[in-house]
Amino acid sequence: MVAHLTSAKNLSVTLRVWRQPSTDEPGRFVDYAAKDLNPNMSFLEMLDVVNYGLEAKGEDPIAFAHDCREGICGTCSLVINGKPHGPHKGVATCQTYMRSFADGDVIVVEPFRAKPFPILKDLICNRSAFDAIQQAGGFITVRAGSACDANAIPVPKDGADLAMDAAQCIGCGACVAACKNASAMLFVSAKVGHLGLLPQGQAERDSRVLNMVAKMDELGFGNCTNQYECSAACPKLISQDFIARMNRDYIAASFRQAFKPKSNASSGGA
Amino acid sequence: MATLDSKIPSGPLADKWRKHKTDIKLVNPANKRKHHVVVVGAGLAGASSAASLADLGYQVTCIVFHDSPRRAHSIAAQGGINAAKNYQNDGDSVYRLFYDTIKGGDYRAREANVHRLAEVSVNIIDQCAALGVPFAREYGGLLANRSFGGAQVSRTFYARGQTGQQLLLGAYSSLSRCVGQGTVKLVTQNEMSDLVVVDGQAKGVITRDLVTGKLNRFAADAVILATGGYGNVFNLSTYARGSNVTASWRAYKRGACFANPCFTQIHPTCIPVSGDYQSKLTLMSESLRNDGRIWVPKNKADVKKAPADIAESDRDYFLERIYPSFGNLAPRDVASRAAKRMCDEGRGVGETGLGVYLDFAEAIQRYGKQAAARANLHDVSAAKVLELGEAAVAERYGNLFDIYKEITDESAYKQPMRIYPAVHYTMGGLWVDYNLMSNVPGLFVLGEANFSDHGANRLGASALMQGLADGFFVIPYTIGDYLAAQKPGSRPSADRAEFAAAEANVERLVKKLMAIKGKEPVAFYHKKLGKIMWNQCGMARTKEGLNQGIVDIQALKKDFWSNVNVPGSAENLNQALEKALRVADFIELGELMCRDALTREESCGGHFREEYQHADGECLRDDVNFAHVAAWEFQGEDKIPLRNIEPLNYETVKMSMRSYK
Ligand SMILES: Cc1cc2nc3c(=O)[nH]c(=O)nc-3n(C[C@H](O)[C@H](O)[C@H](O)COP(=O)(O)OP(=O)(O)OC[C@H]3O[C@@H](n4cnc5c(N)ncnc54)[C@H](O)[C@@H]3O)c2cc1C
Ligand code: FES
Repeated sequence: MVAHLTSAKNLSVTLRVWRQPSTDEPGRFVDYAAKDLNPNMSFLEMLDVVNYGLEAKGEDPIAFAHDCREGICGTCSLVINGKPHGPHKGVATCQTYMRSFADGDVIVVEPFRAKPFPILKDLICNRSAFDAIQQAGGFITVRAGSACDANAIPVPKDGADLAMDAAQCIGCGACVAACKNASAMLFVSAKVGHLGLLPQGQAERDSRVLNMVAKMDELGFGNCTNQYECSAACPKLISQDFIARMNRDYIAASFRQAFKPKSNASSGGA
Repeated sequence: MATLDSKIPSGPLADKWRKHKTDIKLVNPANKRKHHVVVVGAGLAGASSAASLADLGYQVTCIVFHDSPRRAHSIAAQGGINAAKNYQNDGDSVYRLFYDTIKGGDYRAREANVHRLAEVSVNIIDQCAALGVPFAREYGGLLANRSFGGAQVSRTFYARGQTGQQLLLGAYSSLSRCVGQGTVKLVTQNEMSDLVVVDGQAKGVITRDLVTGKLNRFAADAVILATGGYGNVFNLSTYARGSNVTASWRAYKRGACFANPCFTQIHPTCIPVSGDYQSKLTLMSESLRNDGRIWVPKNKADVKKAPADIAESDRDYFLERIYPSFGNLAPRDVASRAAKRMCDEGRGVGETGLGVYLDFAEAIQRYGKQAAARANLHDVSAAKVLELGEAAVAERYGNLFDIYKEITDESAYKQPMRIYPAVHYTMGGLWVDYNLMSNVPGLFVLGEANFSDHGANRLGASALMQGLADGFFVIPYTIGDYLAAQKPGSRPSADRAEFAAAEANVERLVKKLMAIKGKEPVAFYHKKLGKIMWNQCGMARTKEGLNQGIVDIQALKKDFWSNVNVPGSAENLNQALEKALRVADFIELGELMCRDALTREESCGGHFREEYQHADGECLRDDVNFAHVAAWEFQGEDKIPLRNIEPLNYETVKMSMRSYK
């Protein structure tokens, strides 16, 4: 079908949207009619149109998070008809188009819901817990100016490619929202996998996985019970295999930690 | 009148940076701990500078409007990052990268800054590889490269089509490490709304907390802005929706000069606008032009026909026709302007008539036949050739074809893509000297927010390079030159009158916007502004158009301030208010851009004045009268700003006509 030439028929839908003024106030669903929509609109553009109408009437627009609108920044975060990022696999909310819906549909729109992601307003939640996990260990320590020549450390291509698969995580939190336990295992394992697969990441490999997992637990994310709803909801389709890999890393690191001889360095040296 | 001392070190070009680094004043470690630096922004430039300064021992506060530093617009960069590593042994060098960048910028950038950029480019790749950025690799485990426009060597490093994402996550990981160690204080969801100037020096910022609406004061010994580009003044662009000019604009109003604001890059291959509801334009990588052929129908009557129904003889492959030697690989600005001319003639395609075809049919046939020959298939059916050809094209450009499909619901294997030029980058920005300090002492500007390195046109894969160069390798040295002269502990208290006055200024602005309660949503004004800017200050500019643009923007500004409707309250999360504050600044910036374009009576790089062109349509530069930076100085609300000049003295390269023919 040649959409731009035949101008596919417009559609109208009813939105059932979660409205909540702030974290501490209760929320509820409110219905909005979204009429005469071009099917080539993105879901977020449809919300823009609805908000335009609300603002013109002086009403509070529906708050929703977004920025790049091309599936890479990880800001957009809607649960559409019960699914984080909507009906399609491997795309973010901002890459969902109205042609995926039928005329007359009732579409339920909610924020990502998880205890560690408190709702700030309407469809926006606070995902700073993810930053806190990164700060606990999601890095390789290198001061600017101290690195050796980039080609001094060859990285085998398969390892580099697999690291890149993990590194693609956009930090949106759909994995947490999709999990009945609000587990952050896919997110954490993607970072642990990315850095652990590279030779540069070996020096801090043990401390990284131990510290990130400890922080994840501290922040109230739940356990992984191997249902893998996370991978299914991930807009970058990051594989659950990284969770298994992280579990192995974690056990090995805990073991080494327990039996590691202690040096005197931390007390200033002998 | 502002003093614009570029502080370019003396001596031969290749020795300037080395010499400067040894001449620069140092701050001793005990004093570093006493100096507090506020960094606004955590894109490539902000995150890398915040981490490097913290590692040096400075106290650092990093402020972003995003909910996480990882969401900065840098995340969206696709293609790659340049560096003069010469790993390909194909003749690259620091000088060649320097020269390509100067020429690409149409001789409107500073030689010394660009040379330094080329010098430190090699360190960036080392640093990023060490941080674990998963760059593409060859089978031997060494780094891979690809080619980009404006260069004859292969010097672009990349991580699939997500180079910006991976570099930003690398810089973000360093920043996160510092936050975890307590050496950087991170403040998210706070928008810088004013700069605080004490005794003529930048000593702090005022922010608005986007969740609570509270105004906050941050006192500092020095302030760094790394707040990105301002392309969203056009409303529709390839920028993230949140990118804005507010931080730079408030600094401008506090005395910082705004340099070359009209220098905007318009990228030829983007998915065109499909309707009035559209919020954002998506880039289709330049690499597609290696194999795609660009055309429009010869006859206006055919524009609504399905492309397959237009006979070969009725197609106008206009780039191949007008620029026979470069064809579809004509430079970005030239290709963009040609596409616009076709649409202006009424031969544009698609629902809005603003689009041209990028056709892969010929490439599919060519690759299909090659593949069949390689596989020793004889007498293959047309269907088999098509199948093999599509597979070959998918291998090269599959991810782009997928994005195109998601957005348009059309398969570019079966019918040509429709593309159109879109706003993509801003070369202009706050004026800075060689130390990256603005004319307001203590205010430094890094990354896309400054004007320094790309002249009138930026080459692909050079913005990422500049952001990280500024943050990792330049500012750690140059900030010392300023801070060494500041007495440790002399930082003014945030209780001072200047802080109170700046805060009151923001409060007044917010109250004023909330009180208007007019008829039109903010988006109404942003769309209108975008249309004016695109028509009058876009790909082709004229004296009449720019004058008209100024009149129209002034009228729009008046209407905005009497008729905008910002619902809700200023005391909590209010996205309409956020937008209103940003659009108010964009409107004023738009006028300045038109003024800058009007007074630059020449064509250069992305700035094309129709009055100044060669017979073949190329830019007609005027090196006698315009080989300078125009740095605009605020003179008061509704007053015409002052145009200061910094002459560009070329000591090494000879300014010549830029030709890629
Ligand atoms: C689609 C696309 C593709 C691109 N591809 C490439 C490429 O392949 N190669 C290349 O070299 N370049 C590319 N570019 C250009 C490049 O991505 C940008 O120029 C560069 O990333 C800008 O980095 P930055 O650090 O200066 O700013 P940004 O990444 O824009 O970061 C700005 C930061 O400032 C903060 N901020 C802004 N205003 C305020 C305020 N008022 N208060 C508080 N915080 C604020 C934001 O929160 C953010 O953290 C591309 C650009 C686009 C649009
Ligand atoms: S808005 Fe950036 S991923 Fe959706």
